[in-house]
Amino acid sequence: MDPRRSARTVSDPKVRQVGFFTPAAPPERSCSDPPRQQDLIQPQSPSSTQVNDHFRSGDSLSPVMIPPPPHHHSDTLHRTALQVTSPKTAFSYSARTVTIPTENDDVPSSLSPSRKVVAVKSPSSYPGVRASSVPASELTTVSVVNLPPGISEKAGGGASVEVQNDRPVRSKSLKEKTSKAERRAMQEAQRAAKAAAKAEGTKASSAATKVVTSANTKPSKAAKPSSQKNDGSQFAASEKKVGDRAPEKDRKKDAPHPRMQYDDTSRVEKAKKRAVVKQTEVRNRVELFRHLPQYEHGTQLPDLETKFFELDPMHPAVYKVGLQYLSGDIRGGNARCIAMFQAFKEAIKDYSTPPEKTLIRDLTARISSYVSFLIECRPLSVSMGNAIKFLKNQIAKLPLALSESEAKATLVSDIDRFINEKIIVAEKVIVKHAVTKIRDGDVLLTYGASSAVEMILLHAHELGKQFRVVVVDSRPKLEGQLLLRRLVRKGLSCTYTHVNAVSCIMQEVTRVFLGASSVLSNGTVYSRVGTACVAMVAHAFRVPVLVCCEAYKFHERVQLDSICFNELGNPDAISKVHGREDINYLDGFVNRENLQLLNLVYDATPSDYVSMIITDYGMIPPTSVPVIVREYRREHLWS
Amino acid sequence: MDFQVVVLAGGNSKNLTPLISKDVPKPLLPVANRPVLYYVLHQLRQSNLKDLIVVVEGEDAALHVGGWISKTFVDGLHVEIAAVPEDIGTAGALRAISHHLTAKDILVVSGDLVSDVPPGAVAATHRRHDAAVTAMLCSVPVSGSLESGSSGGKDKTRKPGRYNIIGLDPCKQFLLHIATGSEIEKDSRLQKHILHAVGQMEIRSDLMDAHMYAFKRSVLQEVLDQKDTFQSLKQDIVPYLVRSQLKSEALLNGISQAEENGNEKLSSPNNQVLVSKILANASTPSFHEPYSMEPDGSAQTRKTHKCCAYIASSSSYCVRLNSIQAFMDINRDVTGEADHLLSDNIIGPSPKLGTKTTVGPHCMLGEGSEMGDKCQVKRSVIGRHCRIGSHVKIVNSVVMNHVTIGDGCIIQGSVVCSNVQLQERVVLKDCLVGAGFVVTMGNEYKGESLARKEK
Repeated sequence: MDPRRSARTVSDPKVRQVGFFTPAAPPERSCSDPPRQQDLIQPQSPSSTQVNDHFRSGDSLSPVMIPPPPHHHSDTLHRTALQVTSPKTAFSYSARTVTIPTENDDVPSSLSPSRKVVAVKSPSSYPGVRASSVPASELTTVSVVNLPPGISEKAGGGASVEVQNDRPVRSKSLKEKTSKAERRAMQEAQRAAKAAAKAEGTKASSAATKVVTSANTKPSKAAKPSSQKNDGSQFAASEKKVGDRAPEKDRKKDAPHPRMQYDDTSRVEKAKKRAVVKQTEVRNRVELFRHLPQYEHGTQLPDLETKFFELDPMHPAVYKVGLQYLSGDIRGGNARCIAMFQAFKEAIKDYSTPPEKTLIRDLTARISSYVSFLIECRPLSVSMGNAIKFLKNQIAKLPLALSESEAKATLVSDIDRFINEKIIVAEKVIVKHAVTKIRDGDVLLTYGASSAVEMILLHAHELGKQFRVVVVDSRPKLEGQLLLRRLVRKGLSCTYTHVNAVSCIMQEVTRVFLGASSVLSNGTVYSRVGTACVAMVAHAFRVPVLVCCEAYKFHERVQLDSICFNELGNPDAISKVHGREDINYLDGFVNRENLQLLNLVYDATPSDYVSMIITDYGMIPPTSVPVIVREYRREHLWS
Repeated sequence: MDFQVVVLAGGNSKNLTPLISKDVPKPLLPVANRPVLYYVLHQLRQSNLKDLIVVVEGEDAALHVGGWISKTFVDGLHVEIAAVPEDIGTAGALRAISHHLTAKDILVVSGDLVSDVPPGAVAATHRRHDAAVTAMLCSVPVSGSLESGSSGGKDKTRKPGRYNIIGLDPCKQFLLHIATGSEIEKDSRLQKHILHAVGQMEIRSDLMDAHMYAFKRSVLQEVLDQKDTFQSLKQDIVPYLVRSQLKSEALLNGISQAEENGNEKLSSPNNQVLVSKILANASTPSFHEPYSMEPDGSAQTRKTHKCCAYIASSSSYCVRLNSIQAFMDINRDVTGEADHLLSDNIIGPSPKLGTKTTVGPHCMLGEGSEMGDKCQVKRSVIGRHCRIGSHVKIVNSVVMNHVTIGDGCIIQGSVVCSNVQLQERVVLKDCLVGAGFVVTMGNEYKGESLARKEK
């Protein structure tokens, strides 16, 4: 480890081949294709300070980690006026009691039992009740939470007595009493000012965006300034997205996002304060990976479950998806992305713009809060980051004139379109391309369980090609078994082995098909841990490696190793063997000071080992990834 | 979160005579000086569930309960009371209010549950698995007094609690078999096809069905409509759902599938299949999926639904008040080891104690109670406005409100209901004294149930 660590400070990138290179194959290309975009070069000084650079230059919304929204504070204030459909929150309730005027004082007396409880038992009055022997019973409201006026009662029966007083709307909630026209005027003024500033130079506007991003990345701080100011900055933000923008500048700001460094104690403390999911950090962490979040698994799920009803602003569908991420019920880049989008779709359908807010801003903030919740459940994948970026762009691009229902319908169809075009159709195209590479008599090797590879194999089988499949798998997840099960059921002839044996089995393999979590712009394939190892062995045996990856998973980030960005899994998963109680050699050792367990989830395969990347734009060499990234972005995200 | 809460508060219960009467229906039976319903409502309120439907058996009882709720939770809860006829069972009660249920999922809680298990956990498990029903299971409470040094008669009452037999899958997430109460005396039947599908079943008898369920509304209403004869949630509906989970009637899933189709109408049907396939392939298959597939893995032929279990951790407290013994236990625990269930102080603000009177630990004294000289109180709960003379000894007992106890009485392991008058030198051991009873001077009772005759 020591020589390697000292080597990392050397600026020659050739020395940064952490373990995946056979000695016979010196890398020529790890830095041979300079990223096209100017911004990528700048923070990419290949020293270990790279990360800090990201921090400084990261003044834009990132595709990967979208910070939680700054709307929390103002939201509670608005609560009195907005239409609450879900159970009322504790805090909003307490906020309300303060303002109840005195005419409300007779509530208890009016609820005296003698007058209140009216047990109506007339089955005829409820013709909807089926012919059961039991008469339908009537509900009687005996205790009433003081609801804000205008709340729609869900279960209020005929005889239920609602005690609702008209009370003066709180002056506080009307902090922005501006009418729509006035706000429009304000926006126009800002736009004009901005144009002027732009004429002068870029300095002013960049300062403005600084404000925006600081509000975005540090919600704890952003909550403090007066809401007026907050709104102002958000005006600028949305306007910036909608209005005329200078492409160069925006692109510059699209630098890799400053990820949270989890060895930075003060930041971790701050993040914990606003976290929804209780995150207890594991004590013994591997030195090299301390900057990655590692939590005590097993404490998060029960804690999140108990808070089920308390997370009021969370939409149930989003909550469910978060739970499923956390418990590992849903995994895989495509599936996670689809599940997230379907949850967002539900959330958008149920969304209604609170009064005195605009849909564009409020919905963006809402989505951001969902996303930050999902991040707490499990770090986002690149695919999800891109998808979220797409959705936010779509929201920002909505014309202001659109009515709420139209806007929602547009967004829902946008989401459907994304799932269709970018995932489903893309996979079909990939399959079409890849099948041409399968010939009779081939022995195909795959690692883990990739949905794209599975479809390729099944399709080739349907076409009647004669080939054999080697499914390579690894502990602890053993995802390959699920793939194997489905392949065998379809009648493919399969061999199943673990990654330990890959060097033996590779001799007979003619092609390697791999899935990917993401493809980075230097051609690095970011995928399930173990992929790099398989690719390296294949390279050494001169077996072509074909990586199947949808274009929406491409990212302009450059990554040379799998250390700086990764995800840590549950360390218990590797110290214990599921279903084998007798293998308990590590029992009692887990909390030892001098034992550190490392369960990495992803690794980075250098582009040298990748012969070809099959994507929905065709089959490309790894060097052409930046082109796809650039074109794809221009076409779908920035347009 | 699209959940509706139904609290089945009950009304009269034969198990608890003579403690409950017309004036004191079961939901209002005081446990540590608070009606037992308070514990459930408090727990729900803490979980931010404020829209409740409380179902009470009998109109008079509903009147009492409604009055109490409106007094106690005057501004904190939105409670609707439904009065249902007596003896229609829990399923009947739900049937009666079924047309008020609108949310996607329904949380049904028994009103006699004293527990600190958060209801959100049950709901979250339910949602995560998209289950038809989720039942909360907790470990069977140790019944009987732990420190049973006081009386030998205790051992008689400490018979093993009624067992539930519960079958779980190896991950302890799914409910495969459930048999409760009276069914156990008969032979229990396991479903062979379920066992076949899962491969392995864990049969537990140390778990108790805590009577907190989350139902999918469509499923619940469907079952309630179709099965007119079902009387009880616990003995009919839940076992039925568990039994039929691998071959549920088409309508159970038909509804949810129609909903899904509605969501997806924009994408072409072929793509929709692909989307669902990707999602299904990404998740760990439960035993339901292989079963619902044809051998070639293509089409779903049989409808399934999931029955989940949420097993409360052994450290949490969870007891149902459904017997006299449970009543004694809960009183003891709430003042003792599970005192976190009560939010406020245990000894009321103004008890007047005479000289040389000792009140031991795990005791509770209601406000306005007066005690004479040289009394001893151990592990007991004394209600409000009681007058207790001197030289009285109260051990392991529950004394409710407005009780007058004369000098020199000895009360052990007994329950003394409200407005009872004990004249001087009465000795009660393991007795139950109904409300308003008068025990005349110098009597001694052991293991008896004393109640005023109904006029």
